[in-house]
Amino acid sequence: MELFTNQILAGIATGAIYACMALAVVMIYQAIDHLNFAQGEMATFSTFIAWQLIQWGVPYWGAFLITLVFSFIGGILIERVLFKPLAKAPILTNVAGFIALFAIINSCSGLIWDFTIKQFPTPFGSSPFLGSQLISTHQAGMIGVTLILLLLLFFFFRFTRVGLAMRAAASLPESARLVGINTSWMIALGWGMATAIGSIAGMLIAPVVFLEPNMMLGVLIYGFAAAVLGGLTSPFGAVIGGFLVGIFENLAGTYIPNVGNELKLPIALALIITVLVVKPAGLFGRPIVKRV
Amino acid sequence: MSAVQEVVTEAPALDAVPKKAMTLGYGTSLVILALLIIVPLFVKNFIIFQLTMLLIYALAVLALNILTGGSGQFSLGQSAFYAVGAYTTAILMEHADINYALTLPIAGIICFVFGFLFGQPALRLSGVYLALATFALATAMPQLLKLGVFEHWTGGVQGLVVTKPDSPIAALFGHKISQDMWLYYFTLAISIAIYIFSVNLLRSRSGRAFMAIRDNEIAASAMGIDVALYKTLAFGVSAGITGVAGGLGAIAVQFVAPDSYTITFAISLFLGMVVGGVGWLPGSIVGSAFIIFVPNIAEGISKGLSGAVFGVLLFLVIYLVPHGARQVAMVAQHLIGKLKKN
Repeated sequence: MELFTNQILAGIATGAIYACMALAVVMIYQAIDHLNFAQGEMATFSTFIAWQLIQWGVPYWGAFLITLVFSFIGGILIERVLFKPLAKAPILTNVAGFIALFAIINSCSGLIWDFTIKQFPTPFGSSPFLGSQLISTHQAGMIGVTLILLLLLFFFFRFTRVGLAMRAAASLPESARLVGINTSWMIALGWGMATAIGSIAGMLIAPVVFLEPNMMLGVLIYGFAAAVLGGLTSPFGAVIGGFLVGIFENLAGTYIPNVGNELKLPIALALIITVLVVKPAGLFGRPIVKRV
Repeated sequence: MSAVQEVVTEAPALDAVPKKAMTLGYGTSLVILALLIIVPLFVKNFIIFQLTMLLIYALAVLALNILTGGSGQFSLGQSAFYAVGAYTTAILMEHADINYALTLPIAGIICFVFGFLFGQPALRLSGVYLALATFALATAMPQLLKLGVFEHWTGGVQGLVVTKPDSPIAALFGHKISQDMWLYYFTLAISIAIYIFSVNLLRSRSGRAFMAIRDNEIAASAMGIDVALYKTLAFGVSAGITGVAGGLGAIAVQFVAPDSYTITFAISLFLGMVVGGVGWLPGSIVGSAFIIFVPNIAEGISKGLSGAVFGVLLFLVIYLVPHGARQVAMVAQHLIGKLKKN
């Protein structure tokens, strides 16, 4: 029984990583109705910027803030320059665009910061949290930040004018435009916010998995799995989905024989497919009704 | 958050492709065929090997084209089917001592079944969701191949070495026909057969059903088309052809290893399709040339930035020639027509 509780705790700790990433995935899905395959690479790039700033002697939280602003602006710029012209294009073109972006950013961060593994500092320290060997203070901090982020997003969407406008633009673009909402800028704003959240995820994840240009690939797949499990339309669901995926991964690793580190990605794959087949809207998502 | 249920009119996955535009005329086809037959007689073995790979990748791109251009479904997971085909051939050749030519249909059938089964969940998915599921399949495949359980057959991380087949007609012509050249013509024959099969498939009842589903799923089902069957069938056919390509690839490269079949490869194939023109079968060979030769050129421009050069080129294609090589070909045809009139 102790093993079981311990594994669940460890699962929550890793789940925090996925929850963070899933939150970013859901944000952009809300804004543009597409899954951004380059999201992980964008987050990695932001994290590298933070790393560079810290190397130059900027204090951690300063670097954190600068990176956040940089990512927000960067996300908006990418949308304005590259993806706005594709807004009306078929899905295929958009997917191709995301893949191109993925290749460009991945290759750039490899070129600028090379492929050696880098240590990334944590603001929370890495001593055991509350005497438990399974959760470090950093992981506890990560869970905290994720929950705060979720709360902030909830308030933003619920109680601010811009949040309301963004929701309107996402669910009924035509009507939103009629009541005077600039839907095109709402999409850009969505990109900016998603990129900023992605950069937070990147900076929180980097101390755990170490910083290198490909660090996000596995995490992104898990983030997708978490987002799909929680429902792509629900930020709250994404966070819960993240924790569930983390717990599931740990339990499967402990109790099913032959499932070790090497089967991590196949588990995510199986999870994604199972959820999509059994409950396509996810646990907390709204079902989508097709108009005939 | 909102009580209103979301109502979505789904955007088409891609622009409709007119049926006639999916193939080439007889004259052009014959010229290309003649070139493909004659050129290898005059070049070095390494170039023959590259041409063989060109044909093999063209087959894989063609398979994706049938799936996406034909039935309107996405796949970022073609590398997984290619890997299954390659491993089937390698294992049958090395462990069961089966003749290489016989392993190919087996690889094709196994991949067809695998694709058909994978198509089952794919039925429920459309657009981004399908891209996502296949993306996950492609990333998971190398890890599955490395599994300790299968190590006896797959060789684990090390992979398997495949013996290169000897040319059976070498004795007839002295030593003029090298192994590479034999393999090239063998691949060419199979490619032509598959190309003709694909063209006919798309012209057949099934092909029309694919296209009807691509253009409007709801209308197609109202016309009595079994949407579920044809969608999985498209997946199966596409996977089967990719499997044959994978098998040929294993024989040509003489080596299979899990890390040759990563998501990068799947992305290359996808890229090849976009560059060649979605839904235009002859474009497959243009796309294949792009994914074989452009990375070399990109590396020539800048070693570290090859990915970026690749990405930028892709963006250029999306913006400037959204229909890929097909658009270029059509413009060329138009110009030639004008010249003829004058």
